[in-house]
Amino acid sequence: MAAKEKSELNGVLGWVDERFPLMETWKAHMSEYYAPKNFNVWYYFGVLAMVVLVIQIVSGIFLTMHYKPDTELAFASVEYIMRDVPGGWFIRYMHATGASAFFVVVYFHMFRGVMYGSYKGKRELIWLVGMVIYLALMAEAFMGYLLPWGQMSFWGAQVIINLFQTIPFIGDGLSLFIRGDFVIGDATLNRLFAFHVAAVPLVLVGLVFVHIVALHTVGSNNPDGVEIKKLKDDKGVPLDGIPFHPYYTVHDIPAIVVFLMVFFAVLFFVPEMSGYFLEYANFEPANPLKTPEHIAPVWYFTPFYTVLRAVTLSPFMGTLAMFGAIACLFALPFLDRNPIKSWRYRTTAHMLNLAIFAAVFIILGYLGVKSVSPEYKEMGVRMTEIYFMFFAVIFIHSKANASRYITGFIVLMIAIILIDVIRYNGEDPITAAQIKWQWIWPVGYLALTLLIPAFVKSWNTEGTVPERVTYEH
Amino acid sequence: MSYSDSDSKTVDPKRRRMLVASTAGVGVVGAAAFAAPLLASWMPSARALNAGAPVDVNISKIEPGQLLRVIWQGKPVWIVSRSQEMLDALESNEKLLADPNCSVTAQQPEYARNATRSRKPEILVTVGICTHLGCSPTYIPDFGDASMGADWKGGFYCPCHGSRFDMSGRVFKNVPAPTNLLVPPYYYKSDDLILVGESGGKA
Repeated sequence: MAAKEKSELNGVLGWVDERFPLMETWKAHMSEYYAPKNFNVWYYFGVLAMVVLVIQIVSGIFLTMHYKPDTELAFASVEYIMRDVPGGWFIRYMHATGASAFFVVVYFHMFRGVMYGSYKGKRELIWLVGMVIYLALMAEAFMGYLLPWGQMSFWGAQVIINLFQTIPFIGDGLSLFIRGDFVIGDATLNRLFAFHVAAVPLVLVGLVFVHIVALHTVGSNNPDGVEIKKLKDDKGVPLDGIPFHPYYTVHDIPAIVVFLMVFFAVLFFVPEMSGYFLEYANFEPANPLKTPEHIAPVWYFTPFYTVLRAVTLSPFMGTLAMFGAIACLFALPFLDRNPIKSWRYRTTAHMLNLAIFAAVFIILGYLGVKSVSPEYKEMGVRMTEIYFMFFAVIFIHSKANASRYITGFIVLMIAIILIDVIRYNGEDPITAAQIKWQWIWPVGYLALTLLIPAFVKSWNTEGTVPERVTYEH
Repeated sequence: MSYSDSDSKTVDPKRRRMLVASTAGVGVVGAAAFAAPLLASWMPSARALNAGAPVDVNISKIEPGQLLRVIWQGKPVWIVSRSQEMLDALESNEKLLADPNCSVTAQQPEYARNATRSRKPEILVTVGICTHLGCSPTYIPDFGDASMGADWKGGFYCPCHGSRFDMSGRVFKNVPAPTNLLVPPYYYKSDDLILVGESGGKA
C-alpha cells in the first residue's frame, strides 16, 4: 500500500486517497473484486447475515439506553421498554426477531457451503473463521436471552452454566467462577450483560472482517465449484467473473428487500412466533424455586439440546457430545477430502448423505422442543447417531470406492451394535422395545449412503466438472 | 566505521535471540499480572460468601403428600410428608433405580443412607435441584399419573431433560441425572421444627 503521489480522485476524496488506501480498498473489495457470474439464490445469505448484524447492533444500542442489568429491575425494565418507551416495542421486537433471523440465514449460509464444497481449495480458513463466528453468535444469543430475567432466561442459564459443572475436577470451581455466586444472581446477570453488549459484539465484527478478507483473498466459490481464476482474459479478469460492484451490489438489493418484507411481517404480525422466538414462560419473572413445567431452549439451539438429552451415560459425556456435535462441524474441510467441490458433480451417495444430514438436523431440532417420551427419547439417540456418523461417511465418500464403502459400513454397524448392547436393559421393557424398532434409522442411513452405493454403480458415479461455469436455466 | 555495526554480518544472533526471548518473557509475565486481578474479580464477592446460614422449618401444619419449599443457600429445599401408601411403594421401584442403596455417599449424610433417605420415614428433606443440570424437578405425587405411565408410584420429574426420581429422591436408570437428589444436613430441633443446614450434635 504505497502512498500515492497523485490520486485519480479529485477534491476531498483525492486529498484522503493520498493519505489513506481509499481507492485501493474500494477496488480490491468492490469494483475490481471478480465474483463468479453463476451465483444462485443460496448466495444471498452471506449478505443477509451482514444486514441482520447491522439490525442487531443498531437495535441493541437503543435497547441498552433503557434496559437495567439488575435482578430486581431487569424484568420490569423490559416491560417498561415494551409499554412506556415510545416505539420501544418496535425496537425490542426487532432485536428479538433479528436473533432468530440471524440463525435462519446463518444455517442456510452454512448449508450452502457444504453443498458446494465452499471450504475447499484454500478456503478452509474461511470455514474455520465462519465456525468461530457461529460459536460467538450462539454465545451472544444465549447471553442475550438471560437479560429479560424471565423464567426461561433463568432456567436456560442454569442449565447452560451447569454444563461446565459436569467437567471432572475443575467443574465446580469453573461454574462458580462463571456465575460469580453460588446461584445464578445479580453477579451473573451483570457480567453476561457486559459480554452481550460489548465484548462479544466487538469480537463478532472483527471476525466478520477477517472472514471477508480471507474470502476476497482466495476468491468466491460457486454452485459449479469451478475456480474462475484459472481462465482469465488478457487484462487478467476471470472469464467467468463479474465485478462485485455494480453487478452483485445491485443484484443483492432486491433480495434484501424481500428479506426485510418477511422480517417485518414477522415483527408486526407474529413477533413471538407462537412461542418459538419468544417463549411464553419468559413473560413470567425468574423464580429460582420453580422450574417451568415445560422447558426447551429457543429453536436454534434445540438440535444440540437433543444431543445433550440423548447421551445419558454420564452428564459429562452428554456435555461432551453436545459440544462435540459443534466441534465436528469445524473439521469438515479436513474430513471431506474429495477434490470435487460441488455436490452437482459428486455421487448420488454423497447427495443423499447431505440431504439426510439436513433432515436429521431438523428432526433433532424438532425433538428438542418436545418433552421426553420413551419414543422421542430413543429417536433422539438414533438421530444423534446419524448426526455423528455423517462426518465419518463424508470422509469415506472422499473416494468413490466400493470396498472403502463396505469397510466403512461394517465399522459403523459394529459401533451402532456395541452402543445398543451397552444400553439394552431387559428389565426396562418400554425402553427396550424402542431400542428394538428404532435401529431402523441408523441402519437405513448406512444402507442408503454406503451399502447400496457399493453395489449400485449409478449411485456411486462422479460427474465431470466443467471448465466454465454453467447456468441452471 | 562503526556504522557497519547494524549490518547483518556483525549482528550477534545469540545475543539478539536472548534479548527477544527475555523481552517476550517479561511481556508474558506482565500480561498475566494484568489478567490476574481481572479474572479474580469474577469470583464470588464477600457479600455472596456471607449468604448461606441454616434455616428453621416448622412442619407442624404439613399434610401427608404435601410438599413444602424453603430456601437454603439460595437453593430450593423440599420438605415432603409421605403417606403410608407412598412409603410402602418405595420397595417396588428398586429394580428400576440406578442407586437404590445410596452407594454414592456424597449425596446424603450418613443418617439418611436408608431406603427412605431420611431421619424419620415420613418426612423427606432434599435439595430440589436435579443432579443433572440444575433444574428444579416437578413434584408428581399421584400414582399412575397420566403423563408418567401406569407404573408411576409418585416422585419427581425434571422437565428440562426428563430425569425421574422416586418418592425418596432416588434416580431411575436410563435418565440423564447420574445420582440421587442431594439430602442436605438437617436435624429435628423438636418434633415440629427442622433445622436445615446443620446435622446437630446428636447423630
